[in-house]
Amino acid sequence: MGAVTVDNIVKFYGKKEARVTALQGLSFDVQKGELFGLIGPDGAGKTSLFRILTTLLLADAGTASVDGFDVVKDYKAIRNRVGYMPGRFSLYQDLSVRENLEFFATIFNTTIEENYELVKDIYSQIEPFRDRKAGKLSGGMKQKLALSCALIHRPSVLFLDEPTTGVDAVSRKEFWEMLAHLKQQGITILVSTPYMDEAARCDRVALMQEGKIMSVNTPAGIVNEFGRPLLAVKNTNMLQLLQAMKSCEGVEDAYPFGEYHHVVLKPGGEAAVKTILEQMKMPYEQHPVTPDVEDCFMALMRNKDGQ
Amino acid sequence: MKQFIAFVKKEFYHIIRDKRTLFILLGMPVVQIIIFGFALTNEVKNSQIVILDNAKDAASAQLITELGSSRYFDIKQNVYSYKDIEAAFRAGHIRMAVVFPPHLDEDLKHFNKAQIQLVADASDPNVATTLTTYAGAIIQDFNKRYNQGRQLPYTIQTEVRMLYNPQGKGAYSFVPGVMAMVLMLVCTMMTAITIVREKETGTMEVMLVSPMKPIRIILAKAVPYLLLSLVNITSILLLSVYVLEVPINGSLALLGFESILFTLTCLALGLLISAATDSQQTAMFISLTGMFLPTIMLSGFMFPIENMPVPMQVVSNAVPAKWYYMIVRDVMIKGAGLGAVWKQTLILTGMLVFLLAMALKKFKIRLA
Amino acid sequence: MDNNKVITAHELTKRFGDFTAVDKITFEVTRGEIFGFLGANGAGKTTAMRMLSGLSLPTSGQATVAGFDVYKQNEQIKKNIGYMSQKFSLYEDLTVKENIRFYAGIYGKSDAFIKEKTGYILDHLHMTSEANKLVGSLPLGWKQKLAFSVAIFHEPQLVFLDEPTGGVDPVTRREFWQMIYEAAETGITVFVTTHYMDEAEYCNRVSIMVDGRIEALDTPGGLKRTFGARSMDEVFLKLARAAKRSE
Repeated sequence: MGAVTVDNIVKFYGKKEARVTALQGLSFDVQKGELFGLIGPDGAGKTSLFRILTTLLLADAGTASVDGFDVVKDYKAIRNRVGYMPGRFSLYQDLSVRENLEFFATIFNTTIEENYELVKDIYSQIEPFRDRKAGKLSGGMKQKLALSCALIHRPSVLFLDEPTTGVDAVSRKEFWEMLAHLKQQGITILVSTPYMDEAARCDRVALMQEGKIMSVNTPAGIVNEFGRPLLAVKNTNMLQLLQAMKSCEGVEDAYPFGEYHHVVLKPGGEAAVKTILEQMKMPYEQHPVTPDVEDCFMALMRNKDGQ
Repeated sequence: MKQFIAFVKKEFYHIIRDKRTLFILLGMPVVQIIIFGFALTNEVKNSQIVILDNAKDAASAQLITELGSSRYFDIKQNVYSYKDIEAAFRAGHIRMAVVFPPHLDEDLKHFNKAQIQLVADASDPNVATTLTTYAGAIIQDFNKRYNQGRQLPYTIQTEVRMLYNPQGKGAYSFVPGVMAMVLMLVCTMMTAITIVREKETGTMEVMLVSPMKPIRIILAKAVPYLLLSLVNITSILLLSVYVLEVPINGSLALLGFESILFTLTCLALGLLISAATDSQQTAMFISLTGMFLPTIMLSGFMFPIENMPVPMQVVSNAVPAKWYYMIVRDVMIKGAGLGAVWKQTLILTGMLVFLLAMALKKFKIRLA
Repeated sequence: MDNNKVITAHELTKRFGDFTAVDKITFEVTRGEIFGFLGANGAGKTTAMRMLSGLSLPTSGQATVAGFDVYKQNEQIKKNIGYMSQKFSLYEDLTVKENIRFYAGIYGKSDAFIKEKTGYILDHLHMTSEANKLVGSLPLGWKQKLAFSVAIFHEPQLVFLDEPTGGVDPVTRREFWQMIYEAAETGITVFVTTHYMDEAEYCNRVSIMVDGRIEALDTPGGLKRTFGARSMDEVFLKLARAAKRSE
């Protein structure tokens, strides 16, 4: 049995007339000790799913279990063994760093000393500020304290809802390094994020969009599913180039991607692209690239729209 | 149990670290007692009056002295015609005029009868009534002494005794009122806000996902405010006894017990509001308009319930503060025992049980 | 005064007590440019943007925005700029049309102008059928695109975009940038902050703030050459890792 199983979960919001479907029948499993990512933009349903798994919301259909316990029937057992960090860093702003950690330890029937080993690497970074009020910490430090608080009772499954949103690139990187370290300690981690580039850090990811899971796979597996040649092109007039690529016959899709445009080719479309680049009479650059998760995400979004 | 204590401790940190709110919570009862005690009194003191003395004899002279020396009246001036009286009223200087007839002394001696006219400004009818009553009493008193030793024709004399509050002090009625108001504010509004605040900041989410039982979260939230209320009750009682000189005639223990009962009722109400709302603003708005105003209007402390239309009287029965106000008035001022207030006590207990049951039923073990 | 410079800042500084939030920043932004304003949390981006949009007075240094002085002419500045942030932009409980009308009204535009332009925007965003829907019921990506259209409704010289694409899906994010390009084509200067490093590549020039100072300012290509990096992500990490302070 997996650490988390989700079977055909459906969630609605609102009254019958103006009903919004937040989750449209999701199913997936997370193995014990896995670092599992839910990747998708705001509104994809990540938070609703997390709240169902942490027993905070009831699903309208489907079943789910965490650590072998049913999220509806055994909600008490689940509450004893999961760690949860909601989207907003849920700390008591007027309590100090130390007081926050102590409070959460006691609430979960444990002490800081008992599980210090587990949080040591993270907590030691903020320990110099132990007497500072949580409200006065920087975003990165708040994130570390919130993670320490969610970990202090040595949960078997850790739920992190958008822990890196609104945090700068440096803190994000550090945060993922901490998660990799926690994974080694055998904790199952579910993390959600709108940043596609973070998918590569996970063992497996679910790509979510509008309440549906478009694909569940390893990052490498997701990339393999892409299954079409991808070109990176650039020249000195990027706007014109993009329009030219979009209207090119051999091209399935073209979109800006950092300093290049990515061009998804139809079978045998290379020649047509090459012709256009030549016709534009500008110095250009073009080379095949391996798609990343963002390319795949967009391809999946378009497939779905095309259906 | 350790969880519970940790939670209570955390609540105290919140309260103590928010200095401004703490100051308001502890300072408010003191300020209210002082304001009601010294500024907003409905007693009538030192009212300005004018005298039109058409008699100018021994009797009128003595009456004028007696009116002037009472603490209710200040004689502003003597006037010489009705026109002057009207002008004085118009100018807004005076509240009442006293008109003595010509030959007052002779009339009293020869006919045992004289008519003194009291002209009062009835734009505030309560004050006008009070003033004419006071003046009437002084004149009656004078009349009795003036006629001493003489045989009077049959007259019925009414004798008024103000029971429990011989000096007619306003403090006797507003101290119980302020107690009800302060407890309502501290317990209902603050508990409602503190729970909703955790919903807003997202910490309630984490609390719900912890092994902490929801009922314990609720109780832990209530404990600090219960204690804070006890401090407030003590300070109100001390102030009223030592500053306003309102005695506690009944049993202090009974008063304490009833106050705790009312505090718990208010806490339960606060919990119910918090369970039903999602933002601090809504919680505050509901507590203020739904709870605080009815407490002032319908508890009988500002406006007598007997004078209200019947539907309002019925509604007032649902206001816990009404019953608490009655209890405190009876116990503290009249010195009554539990035997006299058991009915009100029972009603309050019933309300507490009902509200608590509702609050627990409404409190969600999940979000939304 | 060079009329082609929409922003000029010279040693612009803001201190709060003994904390220097923005430390002598000097830079210029040219008309029609897409200027990326990057920095770690707490580097001073928000403070700098507030000074430039006339919301906060600098402690020292000079700056002009749209040709107006930030010390004396902040009312004129406000008339000539647009602003949009991830957090606040539109009223969720007003309809699409009501929101547009409200913002246009603030800038004192004529009814005829509002009517014509509203039609154009709704048409351009393919939202004509949503005109009378509450903004709260729209998907995030639509909201952000609408918010941008509203921010440039009064045809300002300059628009400040504070993390406009946070949490938006990758397809809509690119559509949003398409709109930024179109606005720049019409001569509106765009001043944008973002946490997505690939978006930094879409800017004409990028500045990176570290500890209150502008540590680097160049075209994306130039920055990568200077720092010997393959991507803007690397450039940013190299600079931000050296930061001493955070928020």
